Amino acid sequence: MLKLPIYLDNNATTPLDPRVLEAMMPYLTEVFGNAASRNHPFGWAAEEAVDYSRDQIAALINCDPKEIIFTSGATESDNLGIKGVFEMYSQKGNHIITATTEHKAVLDTCKHIEKLGGRVTYLPVNAEGLISLEELEAAMTPQTILVTIMYGNNETGTIQPIREIAAIAHKHGALFMTDGTQAVGKIPVDVLADGIDLMAFTAHKMYGPKGVGALYVRRKNPRVKVTAQMDGGGHERGMRSGTLNVPGIVGLGKACELARLEMAADTARLSAMRDRLEKELLTLEESYVNGSREHRLPHVANISFKYVEGEGLMMGVKDLAVSSGSACTSASLEPSYVLKALGLSDDLAHSSLRFGLSRFTTDEQIDYAINHVKEAVTKLREMSPLWEMFKEGIDLSKIEWAEH
Amino acid sequence: MAYSDKVIDHYSNPRNVGSLDKSKKNVGTGLVGAPECGDVMRLQIEVDEITNTITDAKFKTFGCGSAIASSSLATEWLKGKTVDEALAIDNMEIVEELALPPVKIHCSVLAEDAIKSAINDYRVKNGMPALEEAKSHH
Repeated sequence: MLKLPIYLDNNATTPLDPRVLEAMMPYLTEVFGNAASRNHPFGWAAEEAVDYSRDQIAALINCDPKEIIFTSGATESDNLGIKGVFEMYSQKGNHIITATTEHKAVLDTCKHIEKLGGRVTYLPVNAEGLISLEELEAAMTPQTILVTIMYGNNETGTIQPIREIAAIAHKHGALFMTDGTQAVGKIPVDVLADGIDLMAFTAHKMYGPKGVGALYVRRKNPRVKVTAQMDGGGHERGMRSGTLNVPGIVGLGKACELARLEMAADTARLSAMRDRLEKELLTLEESYVNGSREHRLPHVANISFKYVEGEGLMMGVKDLAVSSGSACTSASLEPSYVLKALGLSDDLAHSSLRFGLSRFTTDEQIDYAINHVKEAVTKLREMSPLWEMFKEGIDLSKIEWAEH
Repeated sequence: MAYSDKVIDHYSNPRNVGSLDKSKKNVGTGLVGAPECGDVMRLQIEVDEITNTITDAKFKTFGCGSAIASSSLATEWLKGKTVDEALAIDNMEIVEELALPPVKIHCSVLAEDAIKSAINDYRVKNGMPALEEAKSHH
């Protein structure tokens, strides 16, 4: 029996892999020591577990284990990376470059930097969600200290040309940071080959626990330093004070190990399921894929269904846990800024659904999802005056709407 | 957001979805809202010109569950009412009946606007003066 609702919101968070939980359990119970306690075996056991996790993470992203700074998650890592670089390199310059489709953890941090007197350039994206390398190059100045562009987008799955971006940043003497939240553990991310100087990522997007993440900070060529944003005991090489979340860190490490071992198989299976879902839903007239289909995370599909309204659609697909491009819980009805940045009109942005598949998604669930969405869209269109007008060949853009 | 049972009922089993022949003289059509705002309602009434009674009402709505429910409920209420009685329908009655939360009050306002707009269309078509500017909530 299929259990409803079906969880297809894995870009928001993933379930904990039972193998990760199993690895964590001892550290939630008998091995409870503080990794900073140097004087007794309780501390040593905790420290050993943390170091083992660093090794597991380093093996996944091809870095040195010492380059991992544990945090509470990707939001903290984004904050630490951007604010930490801004403070540390203030002698060199005050200019940061990012993109309009970044996560709020980056955008709002950049807004904060502007309040502190920094200058930030927000690069636009094209219809596929990709930044222009020419525009990036043109935006670089001698004062540019950091370029921060996300690896894969959380709403569309669009993957930016990371290596090329890193090369441009380095050519102009700036550091390159990426928010790898959605990419790490899903696609091969190699900080050395990609030229990444700092990278934020988190456990709970790759079947690990919530409340733990990391910031990769390069130690050589160049040696990168960030000013701590939290003062205290000087943990994590002085960059992030606070007693280490040992069970969380063990979970992050285990999640990274599983990702490294199973990524190829997961990718093959998930992209096949995603492609099937997408192909079937695109048989509905006037449905569109948002973002790049060529440069995309394997488990994500973002599709707009024209002439149906987003919140009504969400109500119609109540057996699915998915996200919509519409933030309708507020009265303001703000559509997704990411989809707007791709050039989507408000109505298409509102009527989008984001499907995020996981290691635990089954073919049976995808079959159900396909039928469920098709039924909901068809029913809502039969009820939609806009659909009727479209079918009659009326140009909706020519109508003078009574603006509400 | 939690929807009331009545909203869910109207959303799942909408009453009177469809179209009336808008070229007919005794059919009034109201089209309100805008796609960019996430709500468009089209509400139509057919009026018995002798008794001034609404004999049929249909709607089509592009919008959230509350918008669909508000227009569905409106068509239910309109049938059998005289035009004057229909004009007296207040959006707050819809809010109460459907237990709409504050952020969804605009859906009921739109339904009231749609009723008034349909009646106005009927009046103008039949040589009656247009209504005073429909009560404005926005």
